[in-house]
Amino acid sequence: MDYALFLPEIYLLLTALVFFCQSLWKSSARLNQVIALILSGIGVIITFYSINLTGELFYKAYLIDLFSQTFKCLISLGLFLIIIIGQKIKSIEDQYQPEFFMFLNLCSLGLMLMISSVELLTLFIAMELSSYSLYILIPIRKEINVGKMEAAIKYILFGAAATGIMLFGMSYIFGITQSTYLADILKKMPELLGQPVAVIGLLFILCGFFFKLAVVPFHFWTPDVYEGAANITVSFIATMPKLAAVALLLRLVSLAGAGAADLIQVLVLLAAVSMTFGNLAALVQKDLKRLLAYSSIAHAGYVMLGALTMNTIGFAAAVYHITGYLLMNLACFLVLCSVSREGENVMVSDLSGLHRRSPLLALTLAVGAFALAGIPPTAGFTGKFFLFTAALSQGHLTLVIIAAVNTAVSIFYYLNIVRFAYGKDPDGLPEVTLSFSNRLLNYGLITAIILMGALPTLFIDLAKTACETIIS
Amino acid sequence: MDFLIPNQLNYPILSTLIFLPLAGAFVLFLIRDEKAAKIWSLFISLVVFALSLPLYFYFDPSTYKYQFAENSPWIPVFNINYTLGIDGISLFLVLLSTLLIPICILASWKYIEKRVKEFLFCLLLMETACVGVFSALDFVLFYIFWEAMLVPMYLLIAVWGGPEKVYASFKFFLYTMAGSVFLMVAMIALYLTAGTFSIPQLMTHTYSFNFQFWIFLAFGIAFAIKVPMAPFHTWLPAAHVEAPTAGSVLLASVLLKMGTYGFVRFCLPITPQASIYFAPYVLFMSIISIIYGGYVALGQTDMKRLIAYSSVAHMGFVTLGIFLFNKQGLEGAVIQMINHGITTGALFLCVGIIYERSHSRLIKDNSGISKIMPVYIGFFGFFCLSSMAFPGTNSFVGELLVLIGAFTDNRLIGALSIPGVVLAAAYMLRLLQKIAWEGKGDSHLSDMNLREIVYLAPLAMFVLWIGFAPAPFLDVMHATVNHLVEQVQAANAVALVR
Repeated sequence: MDYALFLPEIYLLLTALVFFCQSLWKSSARLNQVIALILSGIGVIITFYSINLTGELFYKAYLIDLFSQTFKCLISLGLFLIIIIGQKIKSIEDQYQPEFFMFLNLCSLGLMLMISSVELLTLFIAMELSSYSLYILIPIRKEINVGKMEAAIKYILFGAAATGIMLFGMSYIFGITQSTYLADILKKMPELLGQPVAVIGLLFILCGFFFKLAVVPFHFWTPDVYEGAANITVSFIATMPKLAAVALLLRLVSLAGAGAADLIQVLVLLAAVSMTFGNLAALVQKDLKRLLAYSSIAHAGYVMLGALTMNTIGFAAAVYHITGYLLMNLACFLVLCSVSREGENVMVSDLSGLHRRSPLLALTLAVGAFALAGIPPTAGFTGKFFLFTAALSQGHLTLVIIAAVNTAVSIFYYLNIVRFAYGKDPDGLPEVTLSFSNRLLNYGLITAIILMGALPTLFIDLAKTACETIIS
Repeated sequence: MDFLIPNQLNYPILSTLIFLPLAGAFVLFLIRDEKAAKIWSLFISLVVFALSLPLYFYFDPSTYKYQFAENSPWIPVFNINYTLGIDGISLFLVLLSTLLIPICILASWKYIEKRVKEFLFCLLLMETACVGVFSALDFVLFYIFWEAMLVPMYLLIAVWGGPEKVYASFKFFLYTMAGSVFLMVAMIALYLTAGTFSIPQLMTHTYSFNFQFWIFLAFGIAFAIKVPMAPFHTWLPAAHVEAPTAGSVLLASVLLKMGTYGFVRFCLPITPQASIYFAPYVLFMSIISIIYGGYVALGQTDMKRLIAYSSVAHMGFVTLGIFLFNKQGLEGAVIQMINHGITTGALFLCVGIIYERSHSRLIKDNSGISKIMPVYIGFFGFFCLSSMAFPGTNSFVGELLVLIGAFTDNRLIGALSIPGVVLAAAYMLRLLQKIAWEGKGDSHLSDMNLREIVYLAPLAMFVLWIGFAPAPFLDVMHATVNHLVEQVQAANAVALVR
């Protein structure tokens, strides 16, 4: 076995073990945060170093290609950014922070394993690793409100149900193809697609990822989990599992190939309902995290536009958009975590006059919100533009128009956030002071969101090459 | 591409005009002193204006092709290029933008007291977006500038605006954005049909009427909101009234032009048959805008609101001229776009000047000041005359051309738009009469200072120049307008043959 191929995963496992040791004795919270920062920083370097590797591991159940390595890079990068945001965690007690970092790393490990899995059982185990870590992460929060247990229970129940459906789907697929290897399934799929059982089996498997991605009707956990879990945990839940879910969604949808008209129909329906529901529900939210939760449901719908095109360009657009989504969502959560004083939830009205209390944060928030709304020259616009183009080229005119109307609707609540930050007076809310690393992250995210939007060629080419490997 | 005449100057002039303000805006972050920041942005905007002058002097009026063109691939996966170039129509709009930014900075010298650097940052960003919109020849590039312009404008109103700024900025943003999303869908649909985002290439492709119908509708909503044509105009008075002076000026002078520019650049050449099909409706809406805008302006008590409604009426003349599809109408429309930019911009500057002194925009608070501020009334009266198209001023030339076009096309249309001209005289004279002579003015007001004269004087000069000698302005657009008329008529002929 070539260990270099598996290095990013091994490294994450070791990091998790370091924190396991740290949790055995009393250690200062600051020390743990610094260790986490340094280790995840090295993790990013290791993962980027392995981006061009290709190979197969574990009896061909584990595939390392450009597609999986790109996503792994994004995950390690996202983890690093989240740990920078978490340099002053206010929402989690000091004594639980080693465990927090341990499960954060374990969950990332699970997500990375998921991305490379090309065999159903491996995939299932990887997914459970990440889910179980999240089940524990969600209730780790200071006793500020009682919602955290509700959030945890909801996530477990919905997660378990979605997993159950997914397993059921896997049994169907195994039953008709006699294999759990995606490569074998792919070969047999075209002749089987005429049978309803193949489409239903595939759809049921997808349900597991719809749950992670918060696509309607698997979205019910989202607002409550966002509201109940610690701010820093939510910034993780809101981004990382979605990356992995998109990766797997694309991998599995490509199994069906272009012939699966029924499957596409269902995806179109889910996409339309998701974005419409998400945007309409977000209009009335007062809690910033709930608002972002519904916005994530809407964005899940947008990403589906790329998945249902069944071609390279569409898949690349989906990869591009989810990457942009990672950046702009983190920008919003960075502001949210910084504005929250004691780790409490942040209402939209708590952002009042932010441009006086901290001009930099207000700018980050504005860039993040405008990017989520899809205003050029941000990554959010370019992503949406690519998705719309890809979907329209496959003739999904109605869906694109629904998406366009949704974009117009969504402006209202994104702009509302900016309105509070720029249009209102602070009304006695205190100034926000930022640490050096926090400032740096602000500048970094603003630059990244705008540069990625204005000069997308480099990334979209990479995404396209990566997606070519999964579409046969 | 044979539509483009490559840039002959020894530097990429259009890119410089677009990115120099942007670079200047970022330098602002390094400047600590507010005074220095003002001087720096004034300097940058003046440099940009000076650099934009070669556009006029080296412009070749004999061709309709796009000049000073730059073309390089940008996003090859979707065949998106970074294409810039200007023709006889966009030339003056670019020049107008570069002229107005230094004026806006001068006008805000004392008025803006808080967050000066951010204010200047937004202004310079606006310049980038405005020049970008008028010189972009790739649809995606155009769209990016078109949308990106919303953000600094939104901030100008929301942060530095009047008491109702939050409502006004919100409405402005929602309205324009709601229109633009359909523009995006139409843009993608065009790309999928013609296989390119290049605007000149899109013009040469022929589309089925049914396709044109829907594309025109999507375009039309976006542009009609921006112009704004009644009944899409309701965001305009709110935004104008609440915006700071510089914001109002840019809004009136440049932003509204983007809508009419969109009609000229996209609707007419790309969807000519649909344009002809929809022309009666657009003409109807234009006449409604002219009369409704004028009528409502008549009853206003707030100076800014009055001028805002007069904008609706004036822009009605522009859309009227465009959809006549004849040479006089189109030339009148284009020259009227410039005129409106100069005159209405100047009027908003005048309101800003009096507002800085009396802190009120209401007519009754500012009346009877002819003896107290004679220089001011001189300028104000002059621009009022220009606004009501008094012979010898710029608007006269524009409106006359549009009316000639209207009567050539259809006497009914011409006759229906005449009341608009009368209304313009009525509301402008009423405003002037009250401000200048009614009652006894507040004697504490001081007359205009040198800075204010300096920034109004060039606008006054253009009013007279275009008014008395419009030839230098009209000559450069002949070729472009002729070509545009041919494009529409050719499509019409094709439709008739079928």
